[in-house]
Amino acid sequence: MSGIAGHGAAVHIENCGKTFPDGTQALAPASLDIVSGETLVLLGPSGCGKTTMLRIIAGLETPDAGGRVLFDRTDMTAVPIEQRHVGMVFQSYALFPNMTVAENIGYGLKIRGVDKAARAARVAEMVALTNIGGLENRRIDQLSGGQRQRVALARAVAVRPRVLLLDEPLTALDASLRDRLRSELNSLLRSLGITAIYVTHDQAEAMELGDRIVVMRKGAIAQIGTPREIYFAPQNRFVAEFVGAANIVEGPVSGGRLTLPGGWLALNDAADNAAAVAMIRPETIGIVAEADAFLRGMVESVAFIGDRQRLVVTGAANKPLTVDAPNTINVRAGERVGLSVTPQAVRVLPKED
Amino acid sequence: MVPRRGQGHHHFMSHRNFIWICLLPLVVVTAAFFLLPMAQLLAVGAGGSRGVSAYLAIITEPRYRATLINTVVLAAATTIATLVIATIAGLFLQRHRFPGRAVLIAMLTFPLAFPGVVVGFLIILLAGRQGLIGAITAAVTGEKVVFAYSIFGLFLGYLYFSIPRVILTVMAAVQKLDIGLEEAARSLGASPWAVQRDVVLPALGPAFVASGAIAFATAMGAFGTAFTLATNIDVLPMLIYTEFTLAANFAISAALSIGLGVIAWAILALARSMSGGAVAAAG
Ligand SMILES: Nc1ncnc2c1ncn2[C@@H]1O[C@H](COP(=O)(O)OP(=O)(O)OP(=O)(O)O)[C@@H](O)[C@H]1O
Ligand SMILES: [Mg+2]
Repeated sequence: MSGIAGHGAAVHIENCGKTFPDGTQALAPASLDIVSGETLVLLGPSGCGKTTMLRIIAGLETPDAGGRVLFDRTDMTAVPIEQRHVGMVFQSYALFPNMTVAENIGYGLKIRGVDKAARAARVAEMVALTNIGGLENRRIDQLSGGQRQRVALARAVAVRPRVLLLDEPLTALDASLRDRLRSELNSLLRSLGITAIYVTHDQAEAMELGDRIVVMRKGAIAQIGTPREIYFAPQNRFVAEFVGAANIVEGPVSGGRLTLPGGWLALNDAADNAAAVAMIRPETIGIVAEADAFLRGMVESVAFIGDRQRLVVTGAANKPLTVDAPNTINVRAGERVGLSVTPQAVRVLPKED
Repeated sequence: MVPRRGQGHHHFMSHRNFIWICLLPLVVVTAAFFLLPMAQLLAVGAGGSRGVSAYLAIITEPRYRATLINTVVLAAATTIATLVIATIAGLFLQRHRFPGRAVLIAMLTFPLAFPGVVVGFLIILLAGRQGLIGAITAAVTGEKVVFAYSIFGLFLGYLYFSIPRVILTVMAAVQKLDIGLEEAARSLGASPWAVQRDVVLPALGPAFVASGAIAFATAMGAFGTAFTLATNIDVLPMLIYTEFTLAANFAISAALSIGLGVIAWAILALARSMSGGAVAAAG
């Protein structure tokens, strides 16, 4: 790890909350552990406190009393950002307009007193790593959005930070560029083995980049888990609906069966419950002959998307169900169908107030 | 075909005429209030006993040259001092919220509307023979300090004049600074001083050039303060006034006026071109 990226710190966040002077509680006290070399994604809708959490880790914001931030078991809470040795990539890039690309990338090294030759070598290394060869002497206003994003990343990584902090670095780019840079960024973070904390409100970005995802809601952590855990085993309705498409169905559970208007679904060890809420992902619902199924409904619409077709089925649950079916089966609107769902695919959610 | 082309042509002409008609008032005003008196001034300057060489007198005549140097040095010192004070004050005032902030800003910008006479009066109240500083120093050291009528009094008066103007420009520029740039620099390890040096000051460059130019030009041409203080040092506006009213030397005063304008303009152009790289990069 001491090669191109330097050592990635383990970050421990303990009871960090944030109440702004105007009384806004942006973050309820929360604790988090980030393993050395891991990419952790903070995911959530606008205003849920992602940036606030990132800024507390960076040292740009102090947590409310009682909160602590530790890097490799050293308490950093009182250490100002300039001594925390973090790398930051901002949504607005925040590149210095009075410096060239190379000067931007080398700035952190210059501040640290690295001599000119070593600096030039490191800048060249970063330029190669982020694919911006030939732009070294350009001014910032002569770069495209994607190029600026790469320079911002190169500048942050050049100083071999202990933690790399990225706040929605791709949001300002158009969709196709965003997709390309996302996968580039992914392989870069993997190859660097750096500890990274990545803020986004885009769930696809979170899934692709995160070793683990922290889903946030209204200043609190809704769930922490791997992308698979978050997707297949959401712990509450908010996570289920925010990450991916989800059918939320409601009905009574007894004897391991969830009864719905169009029949019933078998569950894995579910306690009896007069009013249960469960989630089913659209692609886990199979279309079968009506006679073969315990749950039935009527196809209301069929949308052919190419790699699959998206059906809306009514009458099966209390709300129309979205079903992603293979593009090969032949169904028409108005047809009655049977639905097959394995017990593992039905996720019972805790009742919310 | 032919009538249509004719119509199109006609339309084109009327469009052009319309623009000319709109520009006409501007042309008339510029000519009447700007170019004509200026041309007249030029002619008067060359029409005296010295002829065209009157324009060189500002450099060749030792008394005029000394006055010119005084004026430029004073204006330059005022500009630099103003920029330093106004930048520190502007940065602080824009970045901090504290009780009394609004009152302080109001006080600092209060002299904005004062004529030079009032500023001169303030300096006399402060550092004149019966002034505050004189009274205090007389009480403390037994020696009365009076500097209202020296070049330092004039310098202080010019500061009064230019600080309010520059502070407002600097505050507006500071407000527009991207805080993210400063945070990025800090994340890269820059100390607060390095952040100011590498990020804040370069970004304020255009505001410095713009407000510094105004401060410099104002100080070069300020008359009321010098007149009120009846200073024992000569500055160009005072010299022009004396040549004009007392000596009735129209040609020389006209030539000196043109000289004042040209030299102020040239120094500003030089300053702008020297800071050009930084300004362009910061913009
Ligand atoms: N300086 C501040 N003073 C007061 N309230 C603030 C301040 N900064 C942020 N907030 C509030 O704190 C809450 C969380 O803000 P934060 O910027 O962390 O959200 P976010 O999750 O990053 O949102 P986005 O996706 O829109 O960037 C918001 O309600 C915001 O209005
Ligand atoms: Mg944010």
